[in-house]
Amino acid sequence: MTTAKEFTLAELIIAAGAQAWAADGEVLATGIGPLPRLAAGLAKLTCAPGIMMTDGEAYLVEDPIPLGPRGDYKPKLSGWMPYSRVFDSVWSGRRHAMVTPVQVDRYGQGNISALGGEFQKPKVAMLGVRGFPGNSICHKNSMFLPNHSKRTFVEGEVDVVASVGYNAKNWPEGAKPADVKLGVVITDLCVFDFNGPDHAAQVLSLHPGVTFEQVQDATGFPLLRAEGMTTTSAPTEEQLAIIAKLDPHNVRATVLKGNPSGVRAA
Amino acid sequence: MNKEMDLKSVVAQLRDGMTIGFGGWGPRRKPMALVREILRSDLKDLTLVAYGGPEIGMLCAAGKVKKLMYGFVSLDAMPIEPYFRKAREAGAVEVSELDEGLLLLGLQAGGHNLPFAATRVGLGSDVMKYNPHFKTVKSPYDDGEVLLAMPAIKLDVALIHTSRADRLGNTQTDGPDPFFDGLFARAADKVFVTTEVLVDRIDAEYSDKAKSQLFERCLVTGVVKAPLGAHPTAAHDAYGWDMGHLKDYAASATEEGGWQRYFDQYVKGDEASYAASVGGEAKIRALPLPIF
Repeated sequence: MTTAKEFTLAELIIAAGAQAWAADGEVLATGIGPLPRLAAGLAKLTCAPGIMMTDGEAYLVEDPIPLGPRGDYKPKLSGWMPYSRVFDSVWSGRRHAMVTPVQVDRYGQGNISALGGEFQKPKVAMLGVRGFPGNSICHKNSMFLPNHSKRTFVEGEVDVVASVGYNAKNWPEGAKPADVKLGVVITDLCVFDFNGPDHAAQVLSLHPGVTFEQVQDATGFPLLRAEGMTTTSAPTEEQLAIIAKLDPHNVRATVLKGNPSGVRAA
Repeated sequence: MNKEMDLKSVVAQLRDGMTIGFGGWGPRRKPMALVREILRSDLKDLTLVAYGGPEIGMLCAAGKVKKLMYGFVSLDAMPIEPYFRKAREAGAVEVSELDEGLLLLGLQAGGHNLPFAATRVGLGSDVMKYNPHFKTVKSPYDDGEVLLAMPAIKLDVALIHTSRADRLGNTQTDGPDPFFDGLFARAADKVFVTTEVLVDRIDAEYSDKAKSQLFERCLVTGVVKAPLGAHPTAAHDAYGWDMGHLKDYAASATEEGGWQRYFDQYVKGDEASYAASVGGEAKIRALPLPIF
């Protein structure tokens, strides 16, 4: 294992993201969007061989599918995972997804539904809540947010609570708040989770060249320094080789503006 | 027994104010020939229920919708359906926005003639806030857990596109994912299907494909032969979605009078002129199925 000297921020995020599934065993891993999908693929081939993945449509595969046009490559199918069974997996808790909400708040709640205005006439209509309410109450979810800012990590609450978090007052009368399982939140600045005291957000690692103050300034709620807070590990040459194989058309270079280096200039 | 109908006679059975569910998923396997026939009609005030794609956007654009119940409305490569977005941001339609799984559970309860389905899905989220008619129920067992009682969704009509059908109402649907066509069919008082291929007896010709039937014929009221009837959405294994056409459709949502332009250019005539206007049968049949 040789630590890479040159790598992009996207590759740093993919390598850090793969660790999200490391302790999961056999669950359905779903990475939504190119970087989470590559992270899941890298996890499957390195630290989390037990996870199950799909071809992005309705079949299970044991070899992660490369992104984009495949040429002569034909996926080998190991099983069937139509949406009905995806819901069964969700509701039985055997899944860990990595998703990208537009807004996240101090409670770990996420929004992909709508922004501003009234719900029946929002300023910006987005995707709707999609599967977020059920996913977040039934299984573990990690997050990837490409633009760490106060617009994404909001002060107060998200405009529409699509995925649930640790805000007990949002549970109906008499209902016990669910045992919500939030994994890591990976951004273009750091990796954090909600496992501080009373589910406070705490920074686990800062990306190379990023300071804690810089992250706090870009976050609408208070952050703690986790015990042992460190620098996000650079990917190894071996990891980079796997990532390149899973992403032959270099889609990962198009996700973050300007495809910056993984090491920020001071 | 002969359930064969044509597009016009199906739409003649629909009424203003009806609740209509659509099979398929986003830009996949939508009964677009019937949707276009509704667009050519004077139907209005409809409540639509779907894992929505362009059928929802088009009916919103044409002003035919009173209320939407949806898990999402998306064109996949274009994550938010453009006319759905416009309708939402104008406050033009009432919405019941559901978790995708809640839509499944509501339809299932509807099909099983139950009043609700008990679930944790939705608790703690704003689905509860923006569906204020949702109530909770307490488990009668020792756990005493409080759950969401997702109300049954009943449909007046379900419209579903299939690969093959016979005149008795038997159907077969190709493709890797059945989606929830079976739940839509069972939750509806009447089911009208369009089909790529219509035969007298499916057992005589496609006996080996019986496992691809998604719902039984007693649920089916009418069968319409509508080859290419899912265009511009995908109909496995016959043709993929037409992203070029969907992009033109999406572009019309940003033009002044864009919907009228789209309607006049493509929808106004009949299905024969529609197919010609989008490049003809050979071009549609050559549309590749998407890969991910």
